[in-house]
Amino acid sequence: MATPNTTLWEVFIRSRNGLAHKHCGSLHASDATMALQAARDIYTRRGEGLSIWVVPSSAITASDPSEKGMMFEPAESKIYRHPTFYEVPEEVGHM
Amino acid sequence: MATPSIKISETPLVLHVLRRADDALILGHRLSEWCGHAPMLEEDMALTNMALDLIGQARELYSYAARIEGKDNDEDKLAYLRDERQYRNLLLVEQPNGDFARTIVRQFFYSVFADLYWRAMMRSGDATLAAIAAKSEKESAYHVRHSSEWIVRLGDGTEESHARAQAAIEYLWAFTGEMFEVGDDERGLIDAGIAVDAGKLRAQWLKIVSGIAAEATLTLPSNDWMQKGGRAGRHSEHLGHLLSELQMLQRSFPGATW
Repeated sequence: MATPNTTLWEVFIRSRNGLAHKHCGSLHASDATMALQAARDIYTRRGEGLSIWVVPSSAITASDPSEKGMMFEPAESKIYRHPTFYEVPEEVGHM
Repeated sequence: MATPSIKISETPLVLHVLRRADDALILGHRLSEWCGHAPMLEEDMALTNMALDLIGQARELYSYAARIEGKDNDEDKLAYLRDERQYRNLLLVEQPNGDFARTIVRQFFYSVFADLYWRAMMRSGDATLAAIAAKSEKESAYHVRHSSEWIVRLGDGTEESHARAQAAIEYLWAFTGEMFEVGDDERGLIDAGIAVDAGKLRAQWLKIVSGIAAEATLTLPSNDWMQKGGRAGRHSEHLGHLLSELQMLQRSFPGATW
């Protein structure tokens, strides 16, 4: 189905209290109100959400896939940045 | 048709519940006809979501009608094995989808009414009806929200969308009076605090509908001649065609499941 000239929106859903909104997809809608309703109808029909954010896709500044070598590879060799070099006391539980 | 129609003991309460159930089933079926045909994918989902809300309401109401009737009937038989004259839905909800504007205006007129109705029914002395109303009200509140946002956008949109929305209002207006009709058989239920007096909802309905129409730069017709008959089983020519599609499977293969 063609949807010419209709703004593209990114949809973020928070599934439970205490969790962050998570990107779950995109949709077309003429404005923010309709985007929110469409997000409700498309992405929360199976009880997935307690809160919805919609953001115009044009508002997102994205990294350039062709720069991923420069952007991300330098981090790969720095395993000491992972918090895995100490033991978590059992009393702390799940972190 | 291979399967004969069922007979129903139409006590006032059974009739009262069937009227609500038939409204929901027939409008739900109409909306389901949009599945795969809506102007955009997002609205395809919105319309069929509303259809499922309504069919869910119909199921609960039919189950309850069958229970209070206390015969051999169940929700499926009530939905699929009655003749046209046994359906008690509003003429409004059986009107064909037309263009998108007509579908939205029909939904808007009905949903504003249904939401007021369910809200009042939540105070019913009948615990089952009160519970069904509480669940349905949340659904109809969203249907009001969704359809009224569209009314504003169609009415206050382009010249074309305005003309279509205005034409839809004029076409459907004569079917709105029936919503506020109260049958003689319902008086006793209203006095007993079980049923809602629909007539008392008219002023509020008109206020909400006028407000949205004004925002949408649309004009409500001034004529107050209204079509009637659905509540008594006298329908427009459209219901028979709808039922032939709705009932075909159960009539041809009784009790079919999948």
